[in-house]
Amino acid sequence: MEEFSVLIGGKAGSGIDKAMLILGHLLNQCGYRIYIYHDYPSLIRGGHTFSIIRAAKTRIGAHRDKIDVLLALNRETIDLHHTRLNDDASVIYDSNAVKEFVLSGQTHALALPIGKIVKEENAHEVMRNICMIGAFAKAIGIPMEALAKVITENFPKETELNLKIAERGFAAAETVKKIAPPAAEPLPLISGSQAIGLGLIKGGLQDYVAYPMTPTTPLLHFLAEQANEFSLKVIHPESEIGVMLMAVGFAYSGEKTAVGTSGGGFCLMTEGLSLSGMSEMPVVIVLGQRPGPSTGLPTYSGQTDLHFALSAGQGEFIRFIVAPGDLEEAYYWSAQALNLAWKYQIPAIVLTDKNLNEGIGNFDISLVKEMPEIPLPVWDGKVPYKRYADRESGVSPLAFVPRKDAVIKVNSYEHDEFGITTEESAVTKKMQDKRLRKEKYLREELKGFRQINSYDDDDRSTALLCWGSNKGVCGEVAQKLGLKMIQPVVLCPFPEDALREALRGVKKIIVVENNATGQLGRLIRNYGFRADEMILKYDGRPFALDELETSVKEAIR
Amino acid sequence: MSQTNLGTYSPNTWCPGCGNFSILNGIKTVLNELKDTAFPLENVVIVTGIGCHAKIADYLNVNSFYAIHGRTLPVAEGIKIAKPGLKVICFAGDGDAYGEGLEHLVFAAKRNIDVTVIIHNNRSYSLTAFQYSPTSFIGFKGRSTPKGSIEAPLNPLELMLASRATFLARGTSHGLPLLMHLFKEAIMHKGFALVDVLQVCVTYNNLYEYYAKRVYELQNHDASDFTAALTRIREWDYNSDDSIALGLFYRKEAAAYEENFAPSPITAQERDFRIKQLLRQSI
Repeated sequence: MEEFSVLIGGKAGSGIDKAMLILGHLLNQCGYRIYIYHDYPSLIRGGHTFSIIRAAKTRIGAHRDKIDVLLALNRETIDLHHTRLNDDASVIYDSNAVKEFVLSGQTHALALPIGKIVKEENAHEVMRNICMIGAFAKAIGIPMEALAKVITENFPKETELNLKIAERGFAAAETVKKIAPPAAEPLPLISGSQAIGLGLIKGGLQDYVAYPMTPTTPLLHFLAEQANEFSLKVIHPESEIGVMLMAVGFAYSGEKTAVGTSGGGFCLMTEGLSLSGMSEMPVVIVLGQRPGPSTGLPTYSGQTDLHFALSAGQGEFIRFIVAPGDLEEAYYWSAQALNLAWKYQIPAIVLTDKNLNEGIGNFDISLVKEMPEIPLPVWDGKVPYKRYADRESGVSPLAFVPRKDAVIKVNSYEHDEFGITTEESAVTKKMQDKRLRKEKYLREELKGFRQINSYDDDDRSTALLCWGSNKGVCGEVAQKLGLKMIQPVVLCPFPEDALREALRGVKKIIVVENNATGQLGRLIRNYGFRADEMILKYDGRPFALDELETSVKEAIR
Repeated sequence: MSQTNLGTYSPNTWCPGCGNFSILNGIKTVLNELKDTAFPLENVVIVTGIGCHAKIADYLNVNSFYAIHGRTLPVAEGIKIAKPGLKVICFAGDGDAYGEGLEHLVFAAKRNIDVTVIIHNNRSYSLTAFQYSPTSFIGFKGRSTPKGSIEAPLNPLELMLASRATFLARGTSHGLPLLMHLFKEAIMHKGFALVDVLQVCVTYNNLYEYYAKRVYELQNHDASDFTAALTRIREWDYNSDDSIALGLFYRKEAAAYEENFAPSPITAQERDFRIKQLLRQSI
């Protein structure tokens, strides 16, 4: 098979997240390229959770609605997902948990007494997931040794028991359809959160401050786990207000800091964001979007906060906003956001969503561009220190406490070059001009970056225009239907010249977004571009490949 | 002792007779003294909120972060955790620390981070032209409560004691020798220290006479005794006309929060190597 998709589902708390990782690693080891979509409700136990693991011979960044193998730990999984089954699909289910049901004639059903096996081995019920994976391996013709390797690597505790149960599942099943795995080298299989975390580390992160909020909680967990390894201080304070202000304090002491949140937490951070703009204290905000307004759908995905990110915080100050579209971009731009925030002493927002943060796929570091060091504008000590010295570039030289030869004063009020409060009209104008002037130089520097991705640069006159995590799904659909795909990565300062260049020859623009109002469509209107069609999905679920293909076909008909 | 003029060119805009002058002069004297005996001036960072008190950032020629209303503490905590060798002193108002930013105050005390907090407690919002504050008495006729405040005040020291603060003291802006003594002890205390300064606002809430009649200095009080501290703190609830104790209520030695972050910087090469290593483990 060129590609296939496996869905595993069960009650929340029945080990679906661990199972999806094992399945992902197993197929990754076989040389497939992997993409995993994880769908879970906002609760700890009960409720339905499922994951779709898609395996293909080429790089992928999206899932399909249709599946080839359904692994059902309970009846609900079959009821909810049987309509996804391709012709000739297989269903493997726990016959101790699922009683009679009817499937279409083509489907191959494999009933296994998984609950009974787990009981016989005196194992915890959650290990039904491993028994199921053992059966799956046999069903598609993967040898037990390959599975044993993956289990051993992923279960440092109770390894033997897990192996035993996987073997029992393997023995109980039969081979339905043997896959012919590609002969490719496996690549690291990581989540978007891990890619962002590693990127921040690459950019020189010293401190990470966050209050837990889906979908950036996994980033907090990842960095907390890695704190010792990478000499990070990871702090979870009282609120997002505390988070942002603490980050600004870290910046004053000269430490590169990032914070992470979602829309609701970002609301609380906006006061501190504006302080970051005025006091010129750099901070990186990883803003993982989910559907709102308010609490919305906490564990689902959306692209609802673009305009919020663009305009959050009182007053006028410059910011850098980047929306990476895949793991490599997440890594690269998280690092660069930190570098650029520090060089220009501004806030930078890495705008992501649940789909990117919690999606899992192959990370190919060879696709990441080199990142030459961006030197900081450091004070040379030759003239008396002024924290807000007015230079042509608007960027003042940096010095950090403690210095015998400098008093370092920063201020949330309008202030003079030394940092003392002012209400004088001339100084007010001069200092606001100084801060805003940085944008010109930032824009100029960004021209050296790939701010807009444009694929299939020939004469195709219809373009899919998307941003963020829709890169993967739009790329595949565009390729299949012979369309151009354009993805602005930098969203502020908006690269209008680069977009104009990318849109040369395009007669029809189809905007694809995960929100109800077409926020990118609205943004490009400011620069004189107009979306001809909008394909919007705002039910919290990302576009599946087959689903988007159908919508695009309708739009271009 | 070598006197350094710690002033700046910023014109002082406090009302004549404002209690803030005592706090400013007191801290200048204390910092001058400590720079010869304890730590150099460049190690000092002051963090202020917003309100009349906060102008002290402009008037003191030391490192400063003139922050926003209610948020001195998280800023101070970030500065201190990054560089534990610094002496970080917050100046905050009663509206500022006991109102808008109360959560931060409670959590900073809970963490026992080594930061000194000096509260300019004039028991009124003054820069915003006279409203009641979290420590105003019942019946306070500010411009947002023209018929008199219907809320009882907080007892901030009681709240701070419950929040695990390890140094708690009270002074007044008219008792400079005691105030300077308390500032010095608070700054030298390893851990979270708060000095509540009953600061007279001559324009809106002049309690000079009121305090003069009621204040007394704590005698024979064992500041290491939690129960005794609580009893003395509860003597006056910021509302009644009881006598008002001044001095050190409570002091306890305990590990400071920032000590938990041992610095072990890594080089860019090590970082790259470990990133690659982690990626290899993810195959």
